[in-house]
Amino acid sequence: MRAVITVIGKDNVGILAKVSGVCANLNANVTDVTQSVLDDMFAMIMLADITNMNADFSVLSDTMTELGKKLGLVIHTMHEDIFTAMHGI
Amino acid sequence: MVNTSDILETIRMIQDENLDIRTITMGISLTDCIDSDITKANTKIYDKICKKAENLVFVGNTIEKEYGIPIINKRLSITPISLISAACKGKSPVPFAKTMDRAAETVGVNLIGGYTALVQKGFSAGEYELIESIPEALSETSRVCSSVNIGSTKTGINLDACGLMGKIVKETAERTVSDKCFGAAKLVVFCNAVDDNPFMAGAFHGVGEPDCIINVGVSGPGVVRSALSRFKDADITEIADVIKKTSYKITRVGQLVGTVAAKRLGVPFGIVDLSLAPTPAIGDSVAHILEEIGLEKCGCPGTTAALALLNDAVKKGGVMACSKIGGLSGAFIPVSEDAGMIEAAECGSLTIEKLEAMTAVCSVGIDMVIIPGDTTPETIAAIIADEAAIGMVNGKTTAVRIIPAIGMKPGDELDWGGLFGKGPVMPVNTYSPAKFISRGGLIPAPMHSLKN
Repeated sequence: MRAVITVIGKDNVGILAKVSGVCANLNANVTDVTQSVLDDMFAMIMLADITNMNADFSVLSDTMTELGKKLGLVIHTMHEDIFTAMHGI
Repeated sequence: MVNTSDILETIRMIQDENLDIRTITMGISLTDCIDSDITKANTKIYDKICKKAENLVFVGNTIEKEYGIPIINKRLSITPISLISAACKGKSPVPFAKTMDRAAETVGVNLIGGYTALVQKGFSAGEYELIESIPEALSETSRVCSSVNIGSTKTGINLDACGLMGKIVKETAERTVSDKCFGAAKLVVFCNAVDDNPFMAGAFHGVGEPDCIINVGVSGPGVVRSALSRFKDADITEIADVIKKTSYKITRVGQLVGTVAAKRLGVPFGIVDLSLAPTPAIGDSVAHILEEIGLEKCGCPGTTAALALLNDAVKKGGVMACSKIGGLSGAFIPVSEDAGMIEAAECGSLTIEKLEAMTAVCSVGIDMVIIPGDTTPETIAAIIADEAAIGMVNGKTTAVRIIPAIGMKPGDELDWGGLFGKGPVMPVNTYSPAKFISRGGLIPAPMHSLKN
């Protein structure tokens, strides 16, 4: 089971560290990161294994949303299944 | 492995194009609640609904958060109350409506469907009383929805029931005039009603259904329109293919959410309703899809053909995406709930007659149409009969949900806000069908050969 975390917004110091910090606190293991900075815009897609997470999915999602608000970024946290269902046969 | 463009496409669909799950509806059978003592029957109903649906809203909200997809409504449908109230001879069935209302409030859902009678061939015990009580039931409750099936392809059309419903629709509007005649928006008259419809106001839990079940209705007119906008010069076959692919993706989400919800609630998963359900929000309109296909305004010549293509492509794409399909499945055209339909009705491009033609090729009928307050019950009955005839002959579900705006005339506007939207009062042909309706009886079922 994996969560897909997408982060979009103005670039800043330490975004990747803060987002992966939340994952580490909840025992969600980051397995993949794609990231780019274009002009001033930061875009990142992070995959995290949530099988052994020590909290509910909603905690991860709420914490990320809050972090996003604090940093002025938009962070979406969604279960991987919605993407595989939608784009696979 | 999910790739980046798929992830971004899904997020764009949800964030910018209003992709959502329109409803998770739990169907609950009440046949084990029948009791000749009306108080006991109501206690059993309240207890059963509250027990079965106690986690519905919680589970819906959890899934919403986990998958990042809005689930707009969590709702309930129950066994047609006329089957339950028939055992309580001589008693008004209104207490059943109040119990439904109370149970819906307790479990936290905004609408509950099933104050229903099925009279396509005639009235059995309790059904006449239930229909007569609809105006009172809808004016004294806020969450209850009512539906009456007055015809089917196999039985024909019960013209007595059409006549009666003309009167009931008008009376319901009159009794709720202080609430902008809203009662009539919670009352649907069907031909070929289905047992597993998850959409309000016409949902009820059919007698052939299991004890408890989860049905899901999907949505996404904005996603379809946005996909089409990237194919400005495509021919119409290509347009159909784009709609199919988009519909597949939308429906997959419905299948996923329904499966997960049913598992967590410990009940069987019923069906996905392959629907394109609009909301009054900008960018969530079925009319705007038709306009994207190439019509200047919805309602102009070409509308029926474009809608037929849209409706068919939505089903073709959706069929492959889920394991069980049911409900009303098709593009909905409720006028007051669709920004594009509202505009088209306001400027005079969309008329009731054109809407009637459109319902021959899509789901579901003359829906959320506001008519002048002085429209006679006979005319309302005849609109119901016309719509039922389209359903009966074409072997499809059709419905009428019209709201007589008491004290208002064409050009005025009725505004409920929220998902029910607003709309102009649309003119109705004023020549009288009174003699036809007063004949009563049954319009015989149609031939199934010699099709022309």
